[in-house]
Amino acid sequence: MEEKPKSKINLNRVEMPRQDPKVRAHNYKEVALGYTDDMVKEEASRCIQCPKRMCVSGCPVNVDIPEFIKAVREGDMPEAVRILKSKNALPAICGRVCPQETQCEEVCTLSKKKAPIAIGRIERYVADWDLGNKEKRSPTQLPPPTGKKVAVIGSGPAGLVCAADLAKMGHKVTMYEALHTAGGVLMYGIPEFRLPKKVVQAEVDYVKSLGVDVQLDSVMGKLATVDELLANEFNAVFLGTGAGLPMFLDIPGENLNGVYSANEFLTRVNLMKAYLFPDYDTPIKVGKKVAVIGGGNVAMDSARCALRLGAEEVYIVYRRSRTELPARHEEVENAEEEGIIFKFLTNPKQIIGDDKSWVKSMECYQMELGEPDASGRRRPVIKPGSEFMMDVDVVVVALGTTPNPLIPSTTKGLDITKHGTVVADEQTGKTVKDRVWAGGDVVTGAATVISAMGAGKRAAASIDAFLTK
Amino acid sequence: MFKIIAKEKLTPVIDCLRVEAPALAKKAKAGQFVIIRVDEVGERIPLTLADWDAKEGTITLVAMEVGTSTRKLGLLKAGDVLTNLVGPLGLPSDIEKFGTVVCVGGGVGIAPIHPIARSLRQAGNKVISIIGARNKDLLFWEDKMKKVSDELIVTTDDGSYAAKGLVTEPLKAKLEGGKIDRVIAIGPAVMMKFCSLTTKPFNVPTIVSLNSIMVDGTGMCGCCRISVGGKTKFACVDGPDFDGHQVDWNIAFDRQKVYLKEEKESLDRWESCQCSK
Repeated sequence: MEEKPKSKINLNRVEMPRQDPKVRAHNYKEVALGYTDDMVKEEASRCIQCPKRMCVSGCPVNVDIPEFIKAVREGDMPEAVRILKSKNALPAICGRVCPQETQCEEVCTLSKKKAPIAIGRIERYVADWDLGNKEKRSPTQLPPPTGKKVAVIGSGPAGLVCAADLAKMGHKVTMYEALHTAGGVLMYGIPEFRLPKKVVQAEVDYVKSLGVDVQLDSVMGKLATVDELLANEFNAVFLGTGAGLPMFLDIPGENLNGVYSANEFLTRVNLMKAYLFPDYDTPIKVGKKVAVIGGGNVAMDSARCALRLGAEEVYIVYRRSRTELPARHEEVENAEEEGIIFKFLTNPKQIIGDDKSWVKSMECYQMELGEPDASGRRRPVIKPGSEFMMDVDVVVVALGTTPNPLIPSTTKGLDITKHGTVVADEQTGKTVKDRVWAGGDVVTGAATVISAMGAGKRAAASIDAFLTK
Repeated sequence: MFKIIAKEKLTPVIDCLRVEAPALAKKAKAGQFVIIRVDEVGERIPLTLADWDAKEGTITLVAMEVGTSTRKLGLLKAGDVLTNLVGPLGLPSDIEKFGTVVCVGGGVGIAPIHPIARSLRQAGNKVISIIGARNKDLLFWEDKMKKVSDELIVTTDDGSYAAKGLVTEPLKAKLEGGKIDRVIAIGPAVMMKFCSLTTKPFNVPTIVSLNSIMVDGTGMCGCCRISVGGKTKFACVDGPDFDGHQVDWNIAFDRQKVYLKEEKESLDRWESCQCSK
């Protein structure tokens, strides 16, 4: 029997427990601890099940949010899992790293009252329940094989979702990954304390359980070209190769020892587990004073990793002000709580080395905000004569990434923009090349996990339509 | 997992492994490299291809035991596996008919110069090879190099075998003795630097193969960046071959030393673990 909805709207959003900042700044365990059974019930019961369902349209993969929340409220976890996973193959990841505050939660009816339902936290609870109760899972019913083969290049968010959906439609999928572990940015980029690697691997295992063949250590464009894949074995190819190329500062001193791209810094820490050196063989330089340049999520991740490695002072050096920080608010807050020092309106001029070519300081400009630029944000301009020195011994450059040219440069007939991204239809992911689709950061430039997953999903539907027509 | 078909010690500290990798062997070209991981806790280390056999589906790697990863590699036997092997990475060497080319291989660099010399000779060049090592015990593949060269000169730094001296000495003599159209030098960074300095006054195009520290090997991390002609390049995707006259050798040397302390710590720990086994 259905519970009678409470007449009074509850505006007390249930907080999720987190590790104490002083403790977590020294460990790699997950910062956010997740809801308890009682908490999730309480939060789920706040949902007024409004008919507008704005949350569903706010979600890039259109999860039936009110329905799965209702199932949670009724304590029917298997049903909640079923509803969630019918639209989102990787909910344990999305529940952790999606920017819900600018998606489903932003448009929640209770958002007007400043108390949106914590959809992400409920999603995380449901997904974790699923991972912890695999034996209760009913096996996914796969349709009879279609006999069609698809190559998915890249095993990050876009590739994983595309592969999972195609497999569920009965197609034979081979997913190629350049690194030695599947998951792409979920493995090399996002740190353990924000997204535990066993959660990622559990989701990868789920995709494999659908019959997807994962080929690691396979750099496509080198080991085989897209044209060879199409000629030899596959009916269609999906490019989900991400935006893996780091941008540097282009200022003097960027090649000094102790200057890292955020990609290198995070890959050493996350993928290669340098934080466990010497138990793991890959080393990393732990600075005493670390400057991270940039203001996005990758910058926050780098700074918080540096702190956990044992740095005494960690700075975020950002050329605009706090209001313009592109990182998630939650991550900025986490970083500040842990003791990261923010240097706003600051931009490096040059990095200075000692006589052994190690970073010893960084000269910076003070900036001020001028007229709005093309992005609508106020353009930072140099304050004349404002140069000052920062004592630092490690610098991490987190200014963004662009797509790797390996596939574009070895594939005939793709349309490539001047930013190196692959041109593809926004709705279908279809490129101008016959039988080739693309989605995720390789198309949009560096963006979010969920938007890449949405693109993978739409491409899978389009590929399926092509293969079964 | 990649099965090791054969393993031999070329010298007490240099290992040669033939590894099953059919897809890779089909695509391999002279000058390209692979990245391997010896075990689940291992680093990703780049090794330039020493040879490959597309028909047999194998590649050949040669490594000198200098750190934890290469010491672990040295313990592997035929029948064992490499946990990870990825490639072929990097751009292949330019192989065309240049005329007379000198291929210089120093130390463990003799291995990667071998397929380049072979390809250059197949392309119709006259190939003069110079191989050298610190001493007799570090020298290998003299016979293989002889087969792919029109002329082979061997040196050892200490004179324990063949001509005493550095590879730059016969290189200079060749440059003075007649028209040389191209020089390719592979070996320790300091050797490549001095080969480049030797050829500079003669204005002979000189290619070096940089074996920088890498992580992914696909352009993702920028760990291997170097300065060439004043521009930052990634050895993994823009190289590994570069114009030796344009390389900023000071930056190249410095960047090789980033982890000296950690490399020693790792090796000491590994050695003490081995002893207690």
